[in-house]
Amino acid sequence: MKVGIPAEILPHENRVAATPKTVQRLIKQGFEVLVEKGAGQRALFSDNDFSVAGATIVDTQSLYESSQIILKVQPPTKDEIKYFKPGTMIASYLWPAQNQDLLKELAEKKINAVAMDAIPRISRAQKMDVLSSMANIAGYRAVLESANHFGRFLNGQITAAGKVDPAKVLVIGAGVAGLAAIGTANSLGAIVRAFDTRKEVREQIQSMGAQFITVEIDEDGATSSGYSKEMSQAFIDAEMALFRAQAKEVDIIITTAQIPGKPAPKLILKDMVESMKPGSVIVDLAASTGGNCELTRPGEIYQYNGVTILGKVDQLPSQASFLYGNNLCHLLDDMGKNEKFKIDMEDDIVGRAMVVYEGKINWPPKPVSVSAAPAAKKTEVKTQAPKAPEKKSGSSFIVLAIMGLALFLIGKVAPAEFLSHFTVFVLSCFIGWQVVWNVSHSLHTPLMSVTNAISGIIIIGGILHIRSDFTAPISILAILAVLVATINIAGGFFITHRMLKMFRR
Amino acid sequence: MMTQGLQTVSYIAASILFILSLGGLSNQESAKRGNLYGIIGMILAILATALGETTQGHGILIAVMLVASGIGIVVAQKVEMTSMPQLVAILHSFVGLAAVLVGYGSYLDEATQSMTGAAHSIHLVEVYLGIFIGALTFTGSVIAWGKLQGTIKSSPLQYPGRHFINIAFVVISGFVLIKFLGADDTSKGVTYLLVMTGISSILGVLLVMAIGGADMPVVVSMLNSYSGWAAAAAGFMLSNDLLIVTGALVGSSGAILSYIMCKAMNRSFFSVIFGGIGQTSSSTPAAAITGEVKPITSEETCDLLKEARKIVIVPGYGMATAKAQYSINEMVNKLTAQGKEVTFAIHPVAGRLPGHMNVLLAEANISYDIVHEMDEVNPELPETDVVMVIGANDIVNPSAMEDAGSPIYGMPVIEVWKAKHVIVSKRSMAAGYAGVENPLFYKDNTRMLYGDAKKSVDALISSL
Repeated sequence: MKVGIPAEILPHENRVAATPKTVQRLIKQGFEVLVEKGAGQRALFSDNDFSVAGATIVDTQSLYESSQIILKVQPPTKDEIKYFKPGTMIASYLWPAQNQDLLKELAEKKINAVAMDAIPRISRAQKMDVLSSMANIAGYRAVLESANHFGRFLNGQITAAGKVDPAKVLVIGAGVAGLAAIGTANSLGAIVRAFDTRKEVREQIQSMGAQFITVEIDEDGATSSGYSKEMSQAFIDAEMALFRAQAKEVDIIITTAQIPGKPAPKLILKDMVESMKPGSVIVDLAASTGGNCELTRPGEIYQYNGVTILGKVDQLPSQASFLYGNNLCHLLDDMGKNEKFKIDMEDDIVGRAMVVYEGKINWPPKPVSVSAAPAAKKTEVKTQAPKAPEKKSGSSFIVLAIMGLALFLIGKVAPAEFLSHFTVFVLSCFIGWQVVWNVSHSLHTPLMSVTNAISGIIIIGGILHIRSDFTAPISILAILAVLVATINIAGGFFITHRMLKMFRR
Repeated sequence: MMTQGLQTVSYIAASILFILSLGGLSNQESAKRGNLYGIIGMILAILATALGETTQGHGILIAVMLVASGIGIVVAQKVEMTSMPQLVAILHSFVGLAAVLVGYGSYLDEATQSMTGAAHSIHLVEVYLGIFIGALTFTGSVIAWGKLQGTIKSSPLQYPGRHFINIAFVVISGFVLIKFLGADDTSKGVTYLLVMTGISSILGVLLVMAIGGADMPVVVSMLNSYSGWAAAAAGFMLSNDLLIVTGALVGSSGAILSYIMCKAMNRSFFSVIFGGIGQTSSSTPAAAITGEVKPITSEETCDLLKEARKIVIVPGYGMATAKAQYSINEMVNKLTAQGKEVTFAIHPVAGRLPGHMNVLLAEANISYDIVHEMDEVNPELPETDVVMVIGANDIVNPSAMEDAGSPIYGMPVIEVWKAKHVIVSKRSMAAGYAGVENPLFYKDNTRMLYGDAKKSVDALISSL
């Protein structure tokens, strides 16, 4: 089969759907690769690089004519769709929720379309998740570009010339982009704070080195799709108050909050921007869906009241193309490579991401659950839980009753001397029970060997039975008992000592 | 010479020292002191008894004790940490044997013969019980030793009607007890005792023979418990409170350990004692495993480790048999020197003794601060880059959580498959001791590093 890589025609799109390296991978999978002339230019890959990697360089017309699979970055435009043959498969960004018209056009032309942005976020599909791989780049770039526009160091320094405070960075939204931004800002030495409506990401934020800030309202923004949902008014008010307070304090704000299929929520309002210190920077990674900041101009960088607002970040086209191309390789790998290539609509991944198939629109797909919060499992556990204790309390009641009866019988028939020993015995069992539960798990082997040694106390029985006449049967038995018990005592204590000596911090 | 009063006071002191000794084991810092308390308590108890007014034959006592201490220390010094389970088992058998001997001694004691009425009957029951438990502990421990050493096949001995046979033995023992109580002269009594000792010995053999290798931690801790009860029974027959206290301490300690082990395997205590693991039959058949096993070379493993930031090592009995702990220590040192966070995850039943892995890692100088328990590690696994499973199988088996038809379903396991990468170092594809297939090996993020654990780790060290 032939895989075609057309050049991207949108002027602001510098990426390309394959790099020489990913072309090699595709060829290894058995595909024949066609690359449009000049496709890699803006991502700094020359036609020569591609042909060295094994691709054939062709013009637009023949590319669409001979390829069965087209790999692209941006959704195909009307001009491009004209070239497609029916039955061709395309994999690219499609934004199916916003682009219903495009889906109809593709369906009319009987083009099978995989929306790379609709790959379900399940663990098996992580290697094809372009949103994650691209967001990772965006988060990284957001920090570097903000640093570029920010007039001070990011890290705190104490120099001979004076002390420099570290910059404070606020990251809103701890998705892949947010976490990448946190990690990058943290490694540059800034003080990083992060906000997210999903409580479950607290640990992830902290593990990347940021402080998790939150509002005092108990509402979780997590949904089963892995994205966050829109929050209640009370929550939004509290959130705004928090951002208002933070805006006065922080130097750099990076926003990444997006809600699938909807315009990005407005989180940084005009008055907040005005309250920020001159020289501060806002990077709005949600600019493409309208921006989280009221003043963002998508695709533009400008200054407002001394605050630089970035409505775009550089895509790092070479790096991004490589990761995007790899995501595509993984997709084709998963679909059976060249040999067993098959569009399997039963498959969890392909079945959901294939938004147009054989002339039918397959959107929206059935939901899959990927959230770390195991909602369904919890209820299952709950329904089982009440049963167990009931049974347990019943059996422990029986045990108690039997024990009570046994004690009663013993008290009834046993002589006083036995009872005094019995008292000692029962109390000792309880002491042992209390003491041993405190023993650390890691010391269970030494516990066994030391209890072993002290159970050698039975030697006392032997000592008491030794008679001055060694040949009496009782003496012989006693001497043997002393012998084995002493081996036990000496061996047990010594081995415990040896073991404990080894434990070190 | 010690008066009765002084002796009692010494016994109280010894009891307290023993309790402190066990209490000291609650953490590593105080553990050495705990052992010292135990030693002091023991010396005090022996001196108080030996210097007592009624004690005779000091010369031979000293001679025997010197020889025996020598034997004990030499054995304890020579034993390798990997054979610790065997040593513990054989030491249990000594306690059992001593209990039997003391029991017979007590029966032959002149004081017993002169007793009358209820006191006499109770004493006889005590003697009988003491010998019964002692003999059971003795033969059971010897079999456990054999199984751990490998001289006896470790697979469970299963035959039809074994529960019935065991119960029959107990019933016969009860019957013999009645005959024994009614015996009118010593030689008849001794005969009955010998019959019972025989039955109890066979029972000990049968009980332990029926238990498989993976259940050994439970058996060993159970025998630990029995040896305590045997000492307590001896205490009753000698009317000696120190023996009772110590026996009860040891007995409950062993019982707790057995309980912890059983819980860690999600088995009831009785199912472990009275049956092999194959017994847990289930209505749903075990799910078939699909997928393929993906091997990995040591170079690739090395690359994975180099890229990882957080590494968790899960050791199992395979590490002990390959004696890989020293190599692992070296590897861990190299990895930490490269700024990686390396920790160990220990399952409660890893190895053949409770806490066995901790001892082996300590032997290799691995700091106990990085050795964690299963419950501490499990929540951290999703953020872990690489998990290395070395010689462990059942304790990392996902079917314990996912497959209701699996015999080990419900057993808590280390959830290694949640980490980004899992490397399993294993000799071959054989199933674990529980005889259960492990779907972990077929997971997408699992790679198999075949070969002897020590050699694999050594290869990693040289390329790191």
